Amino acid sequence: MPSFVDPSKCDGCKGGEKTACMYICPNDLMVLNSDEMKAYNQEPDACWECYSCVKICPQGAIEVRAYSDIVPLGGLVAPLMSSDSIMWTIRFRNGNLKRFKFPIRTTPEGSINPQNEAKGSDLNDNCLYNEESVPTPDPAQMVK
Amino acid sequence: MALPNKPIGELPATLDPEVVEKEVDILIVGGGMSACGAAYEIKKWAPEDTKILLVDKAALERSGAVAQGLSAINTYLGENSPEDYVRMIRNDLMGIVREDLIFDVGRHVDNSVHLFEEWGLPIWKTGDDGKSHDGSKGLPPLKDGGKCVRSGRWQIMINGESYKRIVAEAAKAAIGTDNIIERCFIVKLLLDANKPNTIAGAVGFSLRENKVYIIKTKTMMVGCGGAVNVFRPRATGEGMGRCWYPVWNAGSTYSLCAEVGAELTMMENRFVPARFKDGYGPVGAWFLLFKAKATNNLGENYMATNKEMLGDYPPYGLAKVPASCLRNHLMLKEMKEGRGPIYMDTATALQNLAKDMTPKEVKHLEAEAWEDFLDMSVGQAGLWAGMNVEPEKVGSELMPTEPYLLGSHSGCCGIWVGGPDEDWVPDSYKVRDEAGVAYKQMTTVNGLFTAADGVGASGHKFSSGSHAEGRIAAKQMVKYYLNHKDFTPTIKETSQELVDIVYGPVKTWHEFKDKSTHRDVNSNFIKPKGFLLRLIKISDEYGAGTSTYYMTSDKMLEAAQERFNMLHEDAKKMAAGDLHELLRAWENYHRLWTVEAHLRHIYFRKETRYPGFYYKSDFNFVDEENWKCFVNSKYDVEKGEWNTFKKDYVQLITDAAI
Repeated sequence: MPSFVDPSKCDGCKGGEKTACMYICPNDLMVLNSDEMKAYNQEPDACWECYSCVKICPQGAIEVRAYSDIVPLGGLVAPLMSSDSIMWTIRFRNGNLKRFKFPIRTTPEGSINPQNEAKGSDLNDNCLYNEESVPTPDPAQMVK
Repeated sequence: MALPNKPIGELPATLDPEVVEKEVDILIVGGGMSACGAAYEIKKWAPEDTKILLVDKAALERSGAVAQGLSAINTYLGENSPEDYVRMIRNDLMGIVREDLIFDVGRHVDNSVHLFEEWGLPIWKTGDDGKSHDGSKGLPPLKDGGKCVRSGRWQIMINGESYKRIVAEAAKAAIGTDNIIERCFIVKLLLDANKPNTIAGAVGFSLRENKVYIIKTKTMMVGCGGAVNVFRPRATGEGMGRCWYPVWNAGSTYSLCAEVGAELTMMENRFVPARFKDGYGPVGAWFLLFKAKATNNLGENYMATNKEMLGDYPPYGLAKVPASCLRNHLMLKEMKEGRGPIYMDTATALQNLAKDMTPKEVKHLEAEAWEDFLDMSVGQAGLWAGMNVEPEKVGSELMPTEPYLLGSHSGCCGIWVGGPDEDWVPDSYKVRDEAGVAYKQMTTVNGLFTAADGVGASGHKFSSGSHAEGRIAAKQMVKYYLNHKDFTPTIKETSQELVDIVYGPVKTWHEFKDKSTHRDVNSNFIKPKGFLLRLIKISDEYGAGTSTYYMTSDKMLEAAQERFNMLHEDAKKMAAGDLHELLRAWENYHRLWTVEAHLRHIYFRKETRYPGFYYKSDFNFVDEENWKCFVNSKYDVEKGEWNTFKKDYVQLITDAAI
């Protein structure tokens, strides 16, 4: 609807620093009801089905039920993330199953060096910090 | 006795938000590819003591257009020249583009792609065996001569599920998480009280606490994406969220800048992508990599049978790859004449490719086809699962979408900005500050920069080009900041006045909520959802949306404007009971400004520049003699009036065929 939370699995991230789905949703849809300690999608018709909440949920409590005005019932697309790959399970309405695994990253999470010690040389030219020179248009290809 | 009328959300909005005032040197508004590019680059140029702040309305890890991931990087020049890159875009956008800006992206963009790969983005490679391998197989990186897998002349395939997470990690590491505020939505920019036409700050609010942020700055970049749900979408139920471009792009880039008087350019441009129907999954790899054909219900390839229609629009229709809008133009003929549905013949394409393959290779091919969706448009995979569509067995329907407004993908609406300060760039393309110094990507408001979807008349940047433009803007902002180090930004309005503006919809809610027993039906106010539905109904019916097959006319546009004028009045009566609704109220306000500018430009341009994206029944032709020029507009902040005018197009790169 599109993303929805299984109440039997959601624990409101009570052991964590933040509610994971609420933290990550790019469209501010996932919210925590603190009385029930359950999360829910507060605006299903604004859900892009980007799966950010599904992928991040530590309890595996979030699924997507595809848009009711577009998609017949019975299909399922479910991801399982690891540090370097993602496994997708696709179940068709007719019960057929497919599984795919794709790499997502070739370096460990948190390993990126921002190179802040590197400094650009000339603020008045048009090079980025790690470019020594950049071309200008070939005069032969310029309108006179 | 009225029923208690409570807001629907979990975070009620109160009447006394905390006010947080900040003063920085450089402000980055947005969190997508351009903002992350700016954050990464800026530390390489700014002196150590420079105060830099980035504000994002979402979480940097998954914000912006790349939040879900991508299956391709659409701009990687590699062996191509920036001159040919200009020629390709110029033709695709019907001749009127800023060739200086495009050339500049073309000469920097590969550098950003090389950084992505170094940071850990897996990029597909062609091995010595001539076959494609995913990006985890340890083949040499692109910068060391590794061979990419091209799905088109300019596109390369990636395993991009975590593309944005990687780019965001680099940005966060560069400026530090202490200098990033997430879940802060900037709703208005602020001009300086003393110095004319100069940016001084921005105001916004927290989506998590009742807090208004007032941020003073010497310079800033706005990179908040394009505009989605500004026309009634084809799906109006739950599927309204399944738009092609990210649903959270609300036109904020354009409205924030327009409202402080920045000159807009080519706002008449729009993009109507032909995509898989309803799921809006990508078609590029299917056409270019898998060599699939699209056919009408007679099985005819309408690009071949309707080929003569391309001759009506020289030279744009006669290029090797005709302009995108004209390809739609040919498809629309089939649909209007009842020869739909249009199908992508995925089955024949995959069967042809599989002919000479081993079973293992066929399996790999199938995975490649599915990854195209799973990396960037999972909803399309969900649609195929629900419809029992296995692409090797049956085709899949194509459909042109509702219109989108954007400047980084295959569209070019946006803001007029300065070109590179180099001799080959005409002076009319340079934007200078009060001292006469030219800055690339500065808008016509001093100190206000933009990138990506914000930079007008220069499309086809995509994710990589947007990142590169963010980096370019970062360097220019440092230059501007150092040249204006003594400037003290002064905001005209008092803090209370700004709070009253930002929390206006909250005040309205509290004042009138007890006048009705229904949360949304109340004669004193309009809720953001109702406002949005009115907005998209007007734009759709009068402004060349899907319900008229993208047809409008000056009379229809006048009718739209009349209704927009009333919608502007009603915008002052929007009500928000919780912080989520307050977000929607301001997003919809931004949508109104954006789509109004779009239709004002279409009205001004007395021709049909983009057949297939929109048509004007009263000027249904391309008029090269009178209209091969930019259309720019500027909102006069003092008078509250729009001025729309022509600006000369200058061809820089020759016509040589590509």
